[in-house]
Amino acid sequence: MPKVSMTVNGKRVSADVEGRTLLVQFLREHQRLTGTHVGCDTSQCGACVVHVDGKAIKACTTLALSCEGANVTTIEGLANGTELHPMQAAFREHHGLQCGFCTPGMIMAAIDMVNRLGYDLSEDTIRHELEGNICRCTGYHNIVKAIQAGAAAMGGLKVAAE
Amino acid sequence: MAGTGIGARVTRKEDFRFITGKGNYTDDINRPGQAHAYFLRSPHAHAKIRKIDTVKAAAMPGVVAIFTGADIEADKVGGLICGWMIHSKDGSPMKAGAHPALAVGKVRYVGDHVAVVIAESLAEARDAAEAIVVDYEPLKPVVDLASATKKGSPVIHDAAPDNQVYDWHLGDEAAVKAAFKKAKHITKIDLVNNRLVPNAMEPRAAIGDYNPGEEAFTLYTTSQNPHVARLVLSAFIGIAPEHKLRVIAPDVGGGFGSKIFIYAEETICVWAAKKVGRPVKWVADRTEEFLAIAHGRDHLTHAEMAIDENGRILGLHVKTRANLGAYLSTFASSVPTYLYVPLLSGQYNIPAIYGEVEAVYTNTAPVDAYRGAGRPEATFVIERLMEVAARELGMDPAAFRKKNFIKSFPHQTPVIMCYDTGDYNASLVKAMEIHDVKGFARRKRESAKAGKLRGLGYSAYIEACGIAPSAAVGSLGAGVGLWESAEVRVNPVGTVEVLTGSHSHGQGHETTFAQLVAGRLGIPIENVAIVHGDTDKVQMGMGTYGSRSGAVGMSAIVKALDKIEAKAKKVASFVLEASEADIDFKDGKFSVKGTDKSIDFASVALQAYVAHKFTGEQLEPGLKEGAFYDPTNFTFPSGVHIAEVEIDPETGVTTIAKWTAVDDFGVIINPMIVEGQVHGGIAQGIGQALLEGAVYDANGQLLTASYMDYAMPRADDLPSFRVDHTTTPCPSNPLGIKGCGEAGAIAAPAAVMNAVTDALGHENIAMPATPQAVWHAAQAGLARAAE
Repeated sequence: MPKVSMTVNGKRVSADVEGRTLLVQFLREHQRLTGTHVGCDTSQCGACVVHVDGKAIKACTTLALSCEGANVTTIEGLANGTELHPMQAAFREHHGLQCGFCTPGMIMAAIDMVNRLGYDLSEDTIRHELEGNICRCTGYHNIVKAIQAGAAAMGGLKVAAE
Repeated sequence: MAGTGIGARVTRKEDFRFITGKGNYTDDINRPGQAHAYFLRSPHAHAKIRKIDTVKAAAMPGVVAIFTGADIEADKVGGLICGWMIHSKDGSPMKAGAHPALAVGKVRYVGDHVAVVIAESLAEARDAAEAIVVDYEPLKPVVDLASATKKGSPVIHDAAPDNQVYDWHLGDEAAVKAAFKKAKHITKIDLVNNRLVPNAMEPRAAIGDYNPGEEAFTLYTTSQNPHVARLVLSAFIGIAPEHKLRVIAPDVGGGFGSKIFIYAEETICVWAAKKVGRPVKWVADRTEEFLAIAHGRDHLTHAEMAIDENGRILGLHVKTRANLGAYLSTFASSVPTYLYVPLLSGQYNIPAIYGEVEAVYTNTAPVDAYRGAGRPEATFVIERLMEVAARELGMDPAAFRKKNFIKSFPHQTPVIMCYDTGDYNASLVKAMEIHDVKGFARRKRESAKAGKLRGLGYSAYIEACGIAPSAAVGSLGAGVGLWESAEVRVNPVGTVEVLTGSHSHGQGHETTFAQLVAGRLGIPIENVAIVHGDTDKVQMGMGTYGSRSGAVGMSAIVKALDKIEAKAKKVASFVLEASEADIDFKDGKFSVKGTDKSIDFASVALQAYVAHKFTGEQLEPGLKEGAFYDPTNFTFPSGVHIAEVEIDPETGVTTIAKWTAVDDFGVIINPMIVEGQVHGGIAQGIGQALLEGAVYDANGQLLTASYMDYAMPRADDLPSFRVDHTTTPCPSNPLGIKGCGEAGAIAAPAAVMNAVTDALGHENIAMPATPQAVWHAAQAGLARAAE
């Protein structure tokens, strides 16, 4: 079996994997990072979204081997101990989750949205950008609010840091 | 409201683990030495199994074992059950065909379980399953609901030679006939309540684990009611006695009814764990969920309403044909009967109601409760009728509803239910005001200028939650009681664990239940832990469905807290050297009336355990109390939803332009969580009305078996919702709670379709009103208008 190495949440990791091993399997089964979820098998639901080299991708349709040398961030890599990432905090504050299963992918997709589109996101933009993430619990109402607030908070942090 | 008590918008205690990726779902659990199960499923809707050849597959790499229906039979594993007996009009019991966990002799739907491969890895199990050779003799399938019972149709179960499960009725047929004779106007409609796939985002999963030293099983499973799973697996399927079977439902990623039921897969995992001597794990992929999870709805209905010369409803006659799929799922029989016809009175004073329901088998996935379960179907019938009748009578639909609202309570309907309280007019008036119904005409003109069709639709729904009392549901055929249990354990340091038979899979019980307990005992909410979902911790419970956890589950906690307070007062009386009758308890302090002597709750807890201030004859040490709560009535949440849609006749795309919901859920513990429940329910209802539909082709192949084919509501299909409340506290439980979990899904489909038909100007469209369907309907409407 080939060996794959990458950096996951700042830590160098490697494992022997089958060629067909998916990134999500590598994360969940080899690294025991079970925060990244599998909700479908057609790349539609987005429960598996992680960041690879700073971009949101669906880990359920990415081969682990294709991430050789990559820098991967999962939901487990966002908080600093109990200090939450502003997007995580916004999801809690605005009740942007119920069962929690789609949540890691939603948060990872939301941060990517901010990285690409900035801190001032309109409701329409957020709804359109969430095309690849399905939630069955919330009706998206509070997810949209959470992302809007999380984006603004990320902007605030950036301003404060400058 | 500040603080954390009842009525406060407390952010959720459970969220930290979910937003940091530390949730603990069944698929996140791995047992040492576990093997993986993969189910070989039937590719045929209906076929005889001549032979299953597993020889080649069994020799494949990593294969531990392969089992088929023959092994199930040899081990005398009981079949899956349907736990609600329904009797037909002629008094005969429903015709339930056998439902083995692995097919025996015959397969009855695409996705039916033919064999299970257990292997070192899922990939190896899957590979081996492909090498199993099954010799099928395909039979003609029964797919079409309307013609399923036609003479000469293929027979799905020998037990039901005409494919009819039951032909049931409720109400007074003669009274309804008499009402129709007196009618000035009769409104008739034909409705399709489309088949849905529940689609909780977490696919089902199970791990069976057997400890030979203790001869005990553990099942980790995605269940809404682990105790019911244990009961059924023990008492009926017979895999293990209850005291040797522990069922754990950890974090569960949504249920919506679909995880109430006891399925073949978890049954097999438990049974096979002992057979192979290793833990056996199974996780569904999404397509398996589409194929084999219990679907929802699927009714064909003809309904007629008799109305007098003053616009008052005289009677209602509803005839429904319900598809129950290929086998009777756990509560399938109750959904189109007792959860449906008793709700047909809606919010209206209808003197005579008669409902007839014929339930049939088809070669499709089993159909059972899905969010609302029977009540969305009933609301769809009555609320479509109300709207169509108003249009036919030339009356304003709101005025027609107001005229017929029930105005005094309690109100006994002709179909079992006794509504305890409500103020339907208040919800309608408030919803109309918030929605700015007055401005609709202007908005419609503006849409017209842009070439768009605008419509407004109401849905004034009622639901019955907290299905109970147990004796009453037992008399209607339920195989279980519908009470709930609670145990409050106060630790010596004053922290509290509450063990509940309810199960949270998104509802936020760890927060709302803690709000109740913290408020009552006057302790910080951080000091309260809610324990659920483990039959070794919680002795017995009935689980979460039917919006019952607030009204029933929390009432059980109140009952246990009453006992805790009474016992703690006794302890305090010894410590404070006062008469028990003189002890007051307020804001977490026990004090002696008329003095400044007091002791806080934590100190009383400690005194209860050190037991220094009283003797064993005077008082038992400790502070732990349990309670079972059986409601005295259903609860009756109600409300009004107003949908406003804009249709582009050129593309057929329907946009929800505006949505207003005013619900009466009785007392609300946490408005933030309740609003979230409403949002999610509305989204599912809009999904049913505009997007979703499980489609089988004539051969019984499911055409909508992935998210590529089945249109799940996405963020840009939906608007933000305006959600508000009116409140009439429920008189039948101590907290005044009515329940809120299903309301949105119950109200929304009728509101959407009333708005869509209003925009189109005719009724000739069915759910799901997809762009294609709407385009055709809009073009037909425009052509008619041009004539």
